[in-house]
Amino acid sequence: MAYNIYICGIGGQGIIKTSIVIGETAIKEDYNVVMSEIHGMSQRGGVVSTELKIGDDKSPIIQDGTADILLAFEPVEALRALEKTNRHTVCVVNTAPIYPSTINQQDLDYPDIDEILEELTSKMDVVYSMDANKIATRAGHPLSMNMAMLGGACAVESFPLEINDIKDTMKENLPPKSIDVNYEAFKMGYESCKK
Amino acid sequence: MNIKEILDQESDQKRFMLGNEAAVRGVLESGVSLAATYPGTPSSEIGDILFNIAKDANIYFEFSSNEKVAIEVAAAAACSGLRTFSFMKHVGVNVAADSLMTAAYMGVEGSMLILVADDPSTFSSQNEQDTRHFARQANIPLFEPSNPQEIKDYIQYAYEISDKFDIPVIIRTTTRVSHMRAVVETGEYNKNTKTHGEYENIGLHVPVPEIARKMHEELVGKIAEIRKVSNTSPLNQIIDNDANVGIITSGGAYNYVADIVNKYDLNVNILKLGFTHPYPEDLVREFLENNKEVLVVEEVDPIHEIETQAIAGKYHINTNIHGKRDGTLPEIFEYTPDIIINAFENLGLFEVLKREANTPTLIPLPNRPATLCAGCPHRASFYAARQAIDSLNLDVESIHPSDIGCYTLGIAPPYNMANFLMSMGASVGASCGFSKATENQPIISFIGDSTFFHAGIPPLINAVHNKMKFTLVILDNRITAMTGGQTNPGIPIDGMGDEAPAISIEDLVKSIGIEFVETINPLNVNEMIQIYKDALEYDGVSVIIAKYPCNLINKTEIRSRNYIIQVDQDECIHCNKCIDKLACPSITLVDDKISIDQTCIKCGVCIDVCPVSAIKKEEVNQ
Repeated sequence: MAYNIYICGIGGQGIIKTSIVIGETAIKEDYNVVMSEIHGMSQRGGVVSTELKIGDDKSPIIQDGTADILLAFEPVEALRALEKTNRHTVCVVNTAPIYPSTINQQDLDYPDIDEILEELTSKMDVVYSMDANKIATRAGHPLSMNMAMLGGACAVESFPLEINDIKDTMKENLPPKSIDVNYEAFKMGYESCKK
Repeated sequence: MNIKEILDQESDQKRFMLGNEAAVRGVLESGVSLAATYPGTPSSEIGDILFNIAKDANIYFEFSSNEKVAIEVAAAAACSGLRTFSFMKHVGVNVAADSLMTAAYMGVEGSMLILVADDPSTFSSQNEQDTRHFARQANIPLFEPSNPQEIKDYIQYAYEISDKFDIPVIIRTTTRVSHMRAVVETGEYNKNTKTHGEYENIGLHVPVPEIARKMHEELVGKIAEIRKVSNTSPLNQIIDNDANVGIITSGGAYNYVADIVNKYDLNVNILKLGFTHPYPEDLVREFLENNKEVLVVEEVDPIHEIETQAIAGKYHINTNIHGKRDGTLPEIFEYTPDIIINAFENLGLFEVLKREANTPTLIPLPNRPATLCAGCPHRASFYAARQAIDSLNLDVESIHPSDIGCYTLGIAPPYNMANFLMSMGASVGASCGFSKATENQPIISFIGDSTFFHAGIPPLINAVHNKMKFTLVILDNRITAMTGGQTNPGIPIDGMGDEAPAISIEDLVKSIGIEFVETINPLNVNEMIQIYKDALEYDGVSVIIAKYPCNLINKTEIRSRNYIIQVDQDECIHCNKCIDKLACPSITLVDDKISIDQTCIKCGVCIDVCPVSAIKKEEVNQ
């Protein structure tokens, strides 16, 4: 089997931590898993993406058009990742935008969120959109946004990992004092996409 | 996994490890006594982990002042009978090369491994050079692991070769292998107990011409012996599928080949190479004889391809050899699964493979270039320099040689404070050249504290002795920031985490005879602008030390700032100077209203930038 998850967003959104939780859970369930992450210049306000492949693949790079899930922590970054997707890729997108810090120096405006969602739904049959920042704030802390997104991913029917195992791995990787907030954000993200 | 787990993990455990974490585990399982590095992405995390566990693991660890020093420390220790480890990014080998070439001649009593992480596609580097050339130039055995498990296992194997043949060895990774996470099964860790050796072979390591000639002869003999090992090494394996098309591949490139061959069920034979210098001639010859067409898949330069062609020529084998040199594969950048598919199609041996990717969006997307952090002291230094230069109303462009670090981001508008960049320390050397070659163009160059210690001092001595005229700004943010925050000789902590003498940049600069030396907190921008103006008028080498800690290590002070910074909308005259000239990411302009968002760390520079004092500090009660 090969199950490919492409995660994208901005430095500081907790993308690598989320990816590690998925990867470590896959190992718990006796899957092979490979993942690619880019460090370095990308930490300074730039784009961050990780690629996770659960199954027998050896390379950590997802072939264009073969992502099973696109987990986009930021709407514009979802559009930037379209080449990794095909019509059957399930998209889980956070609708809360992060404007580039250099937007005032650029000729372009940030695109309209509705226009972004329309573009995504025109290219993928199933798109779950949610304001994961709001969900996280309601759950108790804005920084739990990444776990709301992870909850959204777990709501996707094809997602191969068990929720109980994911929650165990969350416990091993997240600070004890914030685990309840993170569980709550996870649950709310899950429910937002499940209905 | 947390850092201590790399040390504490029992054997036969499956863990989700980064390539660089697996490297540390390999070092621990191999019983290394000494490790030295200069931080460089994509190898930096190895040092971060060793910094945290060196004491518990009974390993001596240092952040050397540069890569050449790191290799010298490791070589001398290996000549004293210890097992040593040094590691760096690809361009670090350029700095280390002088000693590396001779280290191979000298050999080792213990064992010595150098891990070099190449950066195809230059994710965080100024070039994409290929370390495998160095192994050939120096006659040093080289290994190319494909994944974290192989990094760990090859380290142990490489040390055995180093031990057996008394020769330094190199492991070459790439970004996608060092920064790949995958399942790693741990081996046995026995805590290193050998902290000291003895240097016994006095006089044997002195390559004066007569001895160097003998050493070279011996080295060539060793390589001939080691070639026999690489021919039969388990690291080099033929995966025979009874096809007449073969792929020779190594390192990260192997992964893409394996996935595409598997996915499309292609009928090919694969020669997977892990022990690649000396190149396994007999094995490659056998592979060539059994395949009519051979594709060589490697990142970055066509090194195995040319070696393979040479073997075909030597033995008059008629196999067609494809790769970079006939355009089947690109000569630049890292590979991807899609590039491998294109190569297979280019060969014309396979049917067009089915793909169904979405096309890119036609909506224009704003970019997210890397920028200096909100409140970064470098921004203040650049802003002030730009103000000082602009106040001169010159009809020529000013010249701003920059260096390797976060401050390379000064290239961006509105600062435009990096318009010449070569390598570590080159800002200073290049300033000397511009000083002699140009006449009326002011020169202000920038270098960080760590980079100054690394390679900035010799060219500054050159500048004084040869009577240059330029201003050097040493951006002393009290840490090696770009690679994630490692210590350097200016910091009172060493690689073991112990207290250490901090080298004073100011004393050092003064000691070589520079008279214009000003140390200032760059957040005081108005003073900073005045110092730049004075420096620009100075006839000689002037040094400004802009000293203020990086936000990454200044969290306690930042948290203690019990005020907020706000724009008084009634007083704002919408001149947009804060947006257009300072360009701090915390200051935003939406619908003609300037505001400061929650990313602000209250450095206060914008208060001085505002011409009408509309940006204000407001105390908050905590």
